[in-house]
Amino acid sequence: MAKITFDGIEVEVEDGTTILQAARKIGGDVVPPAMCFYTPLKGSGGKCRVCLVKVTQGSARDPRPMPKLVASCITPVQDGMVVENTTNEDVLNARKGIVEMLLINHPLDCPVCDQAGECDLQNLSYEHGVSATRYEEPRRTFDKVDLGPYIQLHMTRCILCYRCVYTADQITEKRVHGVLGRGDAAEIGTYIENVIDNDFSGNVIDVCPVGALTDKTWRFKNRVWFTKPLNAHRDCPTCSGKVTLWSRGDAVLRVTARKDEYAEVEEFICNTCRFDKKEVSDWTIEGPRNIDRGSVISANHYELPVVNVPIVPNLPKSTVKKMPTE
Amino acid sequence: MGIKILTEHINVPGIETLEVYRKHGGYRSVEKALKTMTPDEVVEEVKTSGLRGRGGAGFPAGMKWSFLAKPEGIPRYLVCNADESEPGTFKDRVFMEKNPHALVEGMITSSYALGANTSYIYIRGEMMFILRILEKAIAEAYAAGLLGKNILGSGYDLDLHVAPGGGAYICGEETALLESLEGKRGNPRNKPPFPAVKGLFQSPTVVNNVETIASVPWIVNNTGAEYAKIGVGRSTGTKLISASGNINRPGVYEIDLGVPVEEFIYSDEYCGGIWKGKELKAVVPGGSSVPILPKELILKTAAGEDRLMTYESLSDGGFVSGSMLGSGAFIVFDEDQCIVRNTWNYARFYHHESCGQCSPCREGTGWMERVLHRIEHGHGHQQDIDLLVSVAKQIEGNTICPLGDAAAWPVASAIRHFREEFEWHIKHPQEAIAPGAVYRGQLAAATV
Repeated sequence: MAKITFDGIEVEVEDGTTILQAARKIGGDVVPPAMCFYTPLKGSGGKCRVCLVKVTQGSARDPRPMPKLVASCITPVQDGMVVENTTNEDVLNARKGIVEMLLINHPLDCPVCDQAGECDLQNLSYEHGVSATRYEEPRRTFDKVDLGPYIQLHMTRCILCYRCVYTADQITEKRVHGVLGRGDAAEIGTYIENVIDNDFSGNVIDVCPVGALTDKTWRFKNRVWFTKPLNAHRDCPTCSGKVTLWSRGDAVLRVTARKDEYAEVEEFICNTCRFDKKEVSDWTIEGPRNIDRGSVISANHYELPVVNVPIVPNLPKSTVKKMPTE
Repeated sequence: MGIKILTEHINVPGIETLEVYRKHGGYRSVEKALKTMTPDEVVEEVKTSGLRGRGGAGFPAGMKWSFLAKPEGIPRYLVCNADESEPGTFKDRVFMEKNPHALVEGMITSSYALGANTSYIYIRGEMMFILRILEKAIAEAYAAGLLGKNILGSGYDLDLHVAPGGGAYICGEETALLESLEGKRGNPRNKPPFPAVKGLFQSPTVVNNVETIASVPWIVNNTGAEYAKIGVGRSTGTKLISASGNINRPGVYEIDLGVPVEEFIYSDEYCGGIWKGKELKAVVPGGSSVPILPKELILKTAAGEDRLMTYESLSDGGFVSGSMLGSGAFIVFDEDQCIVRNTWNYARFYHHESCGQCSPCREGTGWMERVLHRIEHGHGHQQDIDLLVSVAKQIEGNTICPLGDAAAWPVASAIRHFREEFEWHIKHPQEAIAPGAVYRGQLAAATV
């Protein structure tokens, strides 16, 4: 076990835990943001650099500070480590700089982007971005790429977190897409036109932190904050069948995996569950899902989670939100 | 004229053949090390010699070797970094082309010291003809029993392979090199774990520059203590310098570390002065990624001492008034060279070579290039200078590998020392875009 001090809060974690995971154990506002790190994916992290923190004391044995800011998602803790995140001005300035870098070539087309409302980059920009850009040059653009009947790739929005590459490597049987080119001309692609066709390929949509990979069965159907998330499950032969349904009225508009407060999926789901089962009758509804990550959905105006919702084949009718009375 | 360790026989006709090379004392270190020394003794000699990594960072080689993890049952690897692609650097290329056996000998001796039974030379893809030269040398060494099983009857086995890169500057970064050598995309790895613990094929690995490895045979033959006598202070031994730019005698020079910079530029033994007798304007002393220094700071340190060609002296004053020896690419600019144009050129290189893995470098290098392009072509604004400084600062230190720093330093240092020239470009765009136009105000001020 290693004891570390993170932003003045002491926490004890297993040896080998990363600084980010230790911070997540504390929870709340001190947790560094993460755009590329994804706990279920091995080898992810270290790329976006938004989780940089300052290690002011390396360990109890060797108390020297680390010379540079370190990526908290890949740096393991040492006993007696002292880490500063929100309490260190250098860290906040560096993060601001990196968010600016992530945004200079981002189209900022949130009004027409399906990810808006549950977008990690959007949240990050609200928190650490600046209101004006210093970038005058034309932004990098790519043509939209069709990756088969279910997935659309809009590379212009991509921040090259590599999550979808790791997902295809680790979850699916065969990876047909990867990173082509280098520098700011690097892009996700299949090189020759190809279809990402695999039982679990739809998961690349869930892991995408921005709107680069979108679900074609859901594109432009609605805005996420108008839909109601519901926990549901079905007896699925390929995956666990535990999903979140996003519905409006009686229609199921979208099916995703269940994500925790850091937008990480609890269990990957199969394409049949995600794309084909869009009827309420396909699912057993468990009840409303509380979205507790920092997005506009968590400020949604649907009723608070109700315990013991009867398992019924039909969705509970939306009730008028009780307005505060005078 | 100092001692020649690396280039003594470089111009001997036929030195690229095993026969001639052995006639000139070649492979003595292999015999000495394998027959009379233990691997640890070789490492000790290299430690005593104070030999520092010649690839750019200047980390003591013996120290690096002693960090190599030695778990039971896991192979160890020595990888020679011959992916020389820093603009201005061409020493390894000349060395390998002329004297390939010297590198092979160094690889055998060093691999023995590290206990590696398989070693690789990772060579820049553009230098395919040198790969052939090396392969020929290796084949000769195999035939002579200097490579393969049971070398010279000592019971030590070594296989040496040459692998070409695909033409990416980033693969000169050691972890990107290892990825590339494993057949993957050349993206630098996150550290830790360092290559000394988990390198090539997840095994402990040492990555050394060509020149570092080629210095080892001399150290083994003549002892590390002898080597340490050459040079000044902690900069021991000799160093190959690739001199280029506006000088009379560009080329590769082997110098004793400690030669004064002024002597190096003006002496007929080395660069032979500035071309056509022009005025010296600035020098990039260690390859395109190190900070550029104006005349008054390259010849004398800020404290007024003579600057020497050593790791310490060139970095005297930090980045405020100093630079780095780096890989020893000495690029000289005369009074007719435009610093803004040159900085843009460097920025363009780093923009092109960024691997695109981490965001500050991927986006920042392109941003800097575009702003510099704008200034150079007469469309700059006054606030662009501060913007460049700020972008360089946002990249520096926040990236996975040192390419981000390498991209930020030349821009930041050019603005630090030649701000007036940037301002002149922005204030007088019409004059600045005229062919051959150069700002001369700063030079005049410096000579007054």
